[in-house]
Amino acid sequence: MAKFKGAVVVDTERCKGCGLCVAACPSKVLGLASQVNAKGYNYAEMVTEDCVGCCSCGYVCPDACISVYKVTL
Amino acid sequence: MTKQDIIKPENLVYGKTKVLTDNIMHYCPGCSHGVIHKLIAEVIEEMGIQEKTIGIAPVGCSVFAYNYFDIDMQEAAHGRAPALATAVKRLMPDKVVFTYQGDGDLAAIGTAETIHACNRGENIVIFFVNNGIYGMTGGQMAPTTLEGMKTATCPYGRNTDMYGFPLRISDLLKEIDGTCYVTRQSVHKTASIVRAKKAIRKAFQNSIDGKGTSVVEFVSHCNTNWKMTPVQSNAWMEEHMFAKYPLGDLKDTPKKRFDEINHL
Ligand SMILES: Cc1ncc(C[n+]2csc(CCOP(=O)(O)OP(=O)(O)O)c2C)c(N)n1
Ligand code: SF4
Ligand code: SF4
Ligand code: SF4
Ligand SMILES: [Mg+2]
Repeated sequence: MAKFKGAVVVDTERCKGCGLCVAACPSKVLGLASQVNAKGYNYAEMVTEDCVGCCSCGYVCPDACISVYKVTL
Repeated sequence: MTKQDIIKPENLVYGKTKVLTDNIMHYCPGCSHGVIHKLIAEVIEEMGIQEKTIGIAPVGCSVFAYNYFDIDMQEAAHGRAPALATAVKRLMPDKVVFTYQGDGDLAAIGTAETIHACNRGENIVIFFVNNGIYGMTGGQMAPTTLEGMKTATCPYGRNTDMYGFPLRISDLLKEIDGTCYVTRQSVHKTASIVRAKKAIRKAFQNSIDGKGTSVVEFVSHCNTNWKMTPVQSNAWMEEHMFAKYPLGDLKDTPKKRFDEINHL
């Protein structure tokens, strides 16, 4: 069975720290940073390396902040 | 394999559509409006209709929608988007014309324009964002507010003896001969987002095919005025809004055409 490995890049200045991507990730890859962006929002970031590139976080993000990258192993 | 090995242009599987501008949306964190904007923009890009699509922005939180879609747009007076869309579409029949409206805009002040545009079977798409409240003005009761739901103007909950009942306007619109497609969707989960996107595409295709008016309702949340986090709002919406506003297609048939009618 093909295995996938993914990674996401969050546009931290667009991010509003709403937490929807954190809740949507089936692999619990995302969390909100303790740092804030220029607007004062705790932006989303990868907190583990378990991303499978499923794009759920990207779909639910209201501010189109997330780019998802994926490779087949 | 490290993150740096994965993050390369050739491995990109999801990113921001070019039909959304780089302007940061003014919506509150987590607001459904953002997701819906993004889906409409993605479909416009995928269908290759960016140059021929014209949007009509409403009054409500989405009043600045024209700052976010990289297409031609017009701003309508409160509730009048379907009337303006009628004019734009009739003057430029080759364009794909849609309105984007909240529940206060579409189901309160604009009820007449909504019903009559649908009754004329205008070849337009109506995107209807139903968050059960007047978001922009500070969370007042809307016709769509649920029974017992608390808002700024019904702080003890909507009393139906006094204020009447939540209006399921899409159920009314499906009864009108001019509509071809009336559907109720949501954007709170990955699976629902995929379904909502298909509905948006179908609505645009109906307009291109001249089938009549398509109405895509999105049951949504307004986390700021509901006074919950975005994640809590989505859960509350699933539990309470979907009971009154069940998801799915309400109608999927072409409008009646004059040449098919038995003349008297
Ligand atoms: C003619 C007119 N009447 C009233 C208003 C005040 N007003 C602005 S937005 C709004 C309601 C918006 O609610 P909705 O359409 O549900 O949009 P939301 O903000 O919830 O997305 C009202 C009543 C106005 N701008 N113009
Ligand atoms: S792509 Fe999927 S697995 Fe990776 S962070 Fe996003 S939701 Fe989680
Ligand atoms: S869903 Fe988008 S805006 Fe919300 S926290 Fe995640 S990246 Fe930020
Ligand atoms: S007030 Fe409500 S509808 Fe308006 S942007 Fe904020 S959450 Fe969204
Ligand atoms: Mg509203």
